[in-house]
Amino acid sequence: MTSLTVTNLCKSFGALKVTDDVSLSVEPGELHAIIGPNGAGKTTLISQLSGQLHCDSGSVAIGDRDISRLTMPERVKLGLARSFQITSVLPGFTALENVALAVQAREGSSFRFFGKVADEARLNEAAMTALSEAGLDRRAHVLARSLSHGEHRRLELAIALATQPKILLLDEPLAGVGGGDAEGFVANLQKLKGRFTIVLIEHDMDAVFALADRVSVLVYGSIIATGTPEAVRNDPEVRAAYLGEEEELV
Amino acid sequence: MTYMTASATHPDRPVLSGRVKAALVLFILFALMPPLASALNDPFYVLIGTRILAYAIAAMALDLILGYGAMVSFGHAAYLGFGAYAVAILQSYGVNDLILQILFAVAISAIFAVVTGAISLRTRGVYFIMITLAFGQMAFFFFISFSAYGGDDGVALAQRSTVLGMDLLGTDYGLYYVSLALLIALFALCHRIVGSRFGRVLTGIRENPTRIEAIGFSPFRYQLIAFVISGCITAIAGVVLANQAQFVSPAFMSWHKSGELIVMVVLGGVGNLAGPIAGAVAALLLEEWLDALSEHWKLYFGIFLVLMVLFSPHGITGLLKKMGIVRGQQ
Ligand SMILES: Nc1ncnc2c1ncn2[C@@H]1O[C@H](COP(=O)(O)OP(=O)(O)O)[C@@H](O)[C@H]1O
Ligand SMILES: [Mg+2]
Repeated sequence: MTSLTVTNLCKSFGALKVTDDVSLSVEPGELHAIIGPNGAGKTTLISQLSGQLHCDSGSVAIGDRDISRLTMPERVKLGLARSFQITSVLPGFTALENVALAVQAREGSSFRFFGKVADEARLNEAAMTALSEAGLDRRAHVLARSLSHGEHRRLELAIALATQPKILLLDEPLAGVGGGDAEGFVANLQKLKGRFTIVLIEHDMDAVFALADRVSVLVYGSIIATGTPEAVRNDPEVRAAYLGEEEELV
Repeated sequence: MTYMTASATHPDRPVLSGRVKAALVLFILFALMPPLASALNDPFYVLIGTRILAYAIAAMALDLILGYGAMVSFGHAAYLGFGAYAVAILQSYGVNDLILQILFAVAISAIFAVVTGAISLRTRGVYFIMITLAFGQMAFFFFISFSAYGGDDGVALAQRSTVLGMDLLGTDYGLYYVSLALLIALFALCHRIVGSRFGRVLTGIRENPTRIEAIGFSPFRYQLIAFVISGCITAIAGVVLANQAQFVSPAFMSWHKSGELIVMVVLGGVGNLAGPIAGAVAALLLEEWLDALSEHWKLYFGIFLVLMVLFSPHGITGLLKKMGIVRGQQ
């Protein structure tokens, strides 16, 4: 477990400031939720943390190490894993193969040209563990393209877990997951809490207030409030920003 | 966790067995062809058959990057040329051994593939096609001006290669069966590669490069290695081709040939290794029989297929699947 520190991060798309001087420090083992209306720049922030996008200025650090200039694969090797809001898996692979490849990425060489990878017990067992943690073990042998939406969300989580991260960046893992399914998923996330440093972007406020140690509110690219769920819930600025849009928050 | 065994078989995907079965059927047909041809009193087919085997090797090698790596190389005929010229060049120095010629061909091809692949892989899609085409043409024009070996007229070979001093390729039948043995061995090699750790990364890059980076792989090096392996195997096809024709010329490496290789792969079905072998058979038999039509008809057909691969990879594969030509994976 490691801390994640974001300092004065900025990013613009043309004239649009999508990340506006964001600073954030996530403690080791903390589950830090980021909430905010659609288009606030949450996904763009995650993409800069994971290295998929490069920031215009500012820095990102894991522990003491500045990772701002590293590529996405390099950051993964240091223990930073992300899941995608819009499912991004290998559709022609089974769920197990998707996850086993993430295990393979993390341990050992991938420059092996002859052994049959499908028979590698070590990869498959580690992959099954990650699938169980995400609650998808029963569907291990189904092609990813044949999985349901809810199962895709779980596969996203399982793949991220399989890279053996220290820090998990979860971009709306519950997006589009309905009712009872969401409850089960929150229970899965609850079990992960404390084992990893987690940045959780989520729209489901019940989930956020059930899971988060602290919450940051992102509006128009800036963080307008950070604190315990209770404090954020009662913050007048947050109430103003959300008023009319998501009244169930207040 | 308990209900699965560690060796994971995939219930809804009889992947490997299908590919291997299709290949075995093809190999058996190939093995039976010469006795049939001589029974029909048409031994000429044995030489045509050898040509088909050479192109089958090349098409399979191209499938390794096109089908599994989503890299559409439009310059692969260059490697056929390197293989063929490796035979001519070594022969002019009195080296006739097939194995040495193959090693030489593979060495040249590896160097060319590393350099041109590293540059080409900085581009994507149409640009990748264009730049591999450009490199292929560079090699083509190099051999056009290579006057020591006949320039654009090419050069006839005094004899066929020997294997460890044995004249195995002396008869057309010997050449045919050695070529078939090479095809089978190289299929086995490609099959192993595709099913390996490396193969899984390569296939993953084709499926979704962003995801592959997000789990910690840098696609470039895997793609480059696959590109080099593919080029080297194609060069072996060139060595066979030189022995079959007993003649070597830059025509082996013209861009038409690169296009034909793509046609064979796409015709047979991308991404299953056995399909392109069948594609080579189909394309070359078509060429034998429809020679009059071929030149223009093929060019436009080729462009059409390239566009299909680019813009609708599942479209053409799906089409072939519906027609029952390709088995149902990927
Ligand atoms: N690649 C891009 N180019 C231009 N604008 C973008 C790009 N990605 C996102 N945006 C814009 O940036 C804003 C923030 O997007 P995003 O980070 O996806 O928000 P959120 O995840 O909070 O809903 C939106 O207005 C979106 O249209
Ligand atoms: Mg988003």
